[in-house]
Amino acid sequence: MIQISNLHKSFKKNHVLKGIDLDIDAGGIYAILGPNGSGKTTMIKSILGMIIPDEGNLKVDGEDIHKQFAYRQKLNYLPQIADFPGNLKVNELIRMIIDLREQTANHEPLLETFGLNPYLEQKLSTLSGGSAQKVNLVLTFMFDNPIYILDEPTTGLDPNALIQFKGLLRKERDKGKTILITTHIMSFVDEVADEIIYLLEGRIGFKGSIDKLLAIYESEDIEHAIADMAKNMIDA
Amino acid sequence: MLKILKYSFYDLMRSKWSYFYFLFYLLLGFLLLFLNNDVSKGIITLLNIIVVLVPLIGTIFGIMYFYNAREFTTLLLAQPIKRSHIFFGQFLGVGGSLTLCLVLGLGIPFIVYGLMKSAAIWDFGLLLVVGACLTLIFTALAFNVALRNTNRIKGFGYAVLLWLFLAIVYDGLFLLSLLIFEEYPLDTYALIGSMANPIDLSRILILLKLDISVLLGYTGAVFKSFFGTNKGLIVALLILSLWIVIPVRWMIWEGNKKDF
Repeated sequence: MIQISNLHKSFKKNHVLKGIDLDIDAGGIYAILGPNGSGKTTMIKSILGMIIPDEGNLKVDGEDIHKQFAYRQKLNYLPQIADFPGNLKVNELIRMIIDLREQTANHEPLLETFGLNPYLEQKLSTLSGGSAQKVNLVLTFMFDNPIYILDEPTTGLDPNALIQFKGLLRKERDKGKTILITTHIMSFVDEVADEIIYLLEGRIGFKGSIDKLLAIYESEDIEHAIADMAKNMIDA
Repeated sequence: MLKILKYSFYDLMRSKWSYFYFLFYLLLGFLLLFLNNDVSKGIITLLNIIVVLVPLIGTIFGIMYFYNAREFTTLLLAQPIKRSHIFFGQFLGVGGSLTLCLVLGLGIPFIVYGLMKSAAIWDFGLLLVVGACLTLIFTALAFNVALRNTNRIKGFGYAVLLWLFLAIVYDGLFLLSLLIFEEYPLDTYALIGSMANPIDLSRILILLKLDISVLLGYTGAVFKSFFGTNKGLIVALLILSLWIVIPVRWMIWEGNKKDF
């Protein structure tokens, strides 16, 4: 579904991505893990075309995405920070995104699920962080597209919203969607992820199932396995 | 792209600053016409205000809009929309709403005054065209500055400095250079020098149309003797439109390679 080869990106002297090679098959939830500054967001934003790579190739659904834009029709993206134009109301924003994407959206049940209906007439600048993140989720999940890219989706969610969100993820996975998630919460990874992609200092350190990771490091839980892996990689 | 234009335009039309700008021109138009009681004098006063103020407002609105719309821009970048359309649409939204404020704000008093029947309608029309060009030019320049500077304070500073340079400092330096090299033939140099600054060019353009030789100054006089009045007008308008096209192209190029 997504092929990345030899991806390099520097921001001035900071060489963030140092040759990423990655093949993501269609279907399943992929957790993208790695310490802060390891290049997770940079990689995701390269797939979205928001960051222009210095070198390398990116293909989505077999199509080279360099200087393309139509492929984003297949992508639903949830940004790390729910930063919206503050002077718009919630329903105005939803309508605007639907109008811009020209796709059919199914936002009513999602608004219901996350209890956002009372906030529809409120301006986005007046929403709390958690509510803004719920709006963010609605905007991402209201379109029925094959690929989801979620950058730290659990930030600010209350337990109830988190449960709803996990349910939503499983439902989309069962429909055969490809879902990429960056996160730092290992219990969440343990619960939902099918595969782990581990980034360290701009390179892919590990790609495979959770069981494979646990077996390699003879560990009981992901947290320790990841810690061991990071240590090993830095030593090497 | 039309959709981006629509949303940017709506956004600006809801901002109180647009109305402030509109009301300012409305008041200015009424005051100048009814106190002056002379349309051509009114136009000259307006010219002097427009060539300085319109670029300043275009610069400040352009830079403020771009920084304020950052969230909107990043939201758009993740949608299936061509990058160049995002920036061009936003640019047209800002440039268009400012031009609308200018044209309506000055146009209404002039219509009320009965200008439609007077001979000055062409002079006035040209003044509005020049105002629109200056708005677009300086909005595009401000967008360029904003694209190159993520730091808002720096970007704002650079944009205002650019305006200050073109509106005031440039003339001083230009005059100084003419004085220093007065022993040499300076016609071509003066011609190029006046084309290299859209504010100077606009002033010359209007004064050529009004046919007031006294106010033309040295560069204007060179312009007139080189091209003649009519050809001079066309050349000046062409170069003014180049002044729009080049910064806009540059803005799109800059936007296409920027990381968000």
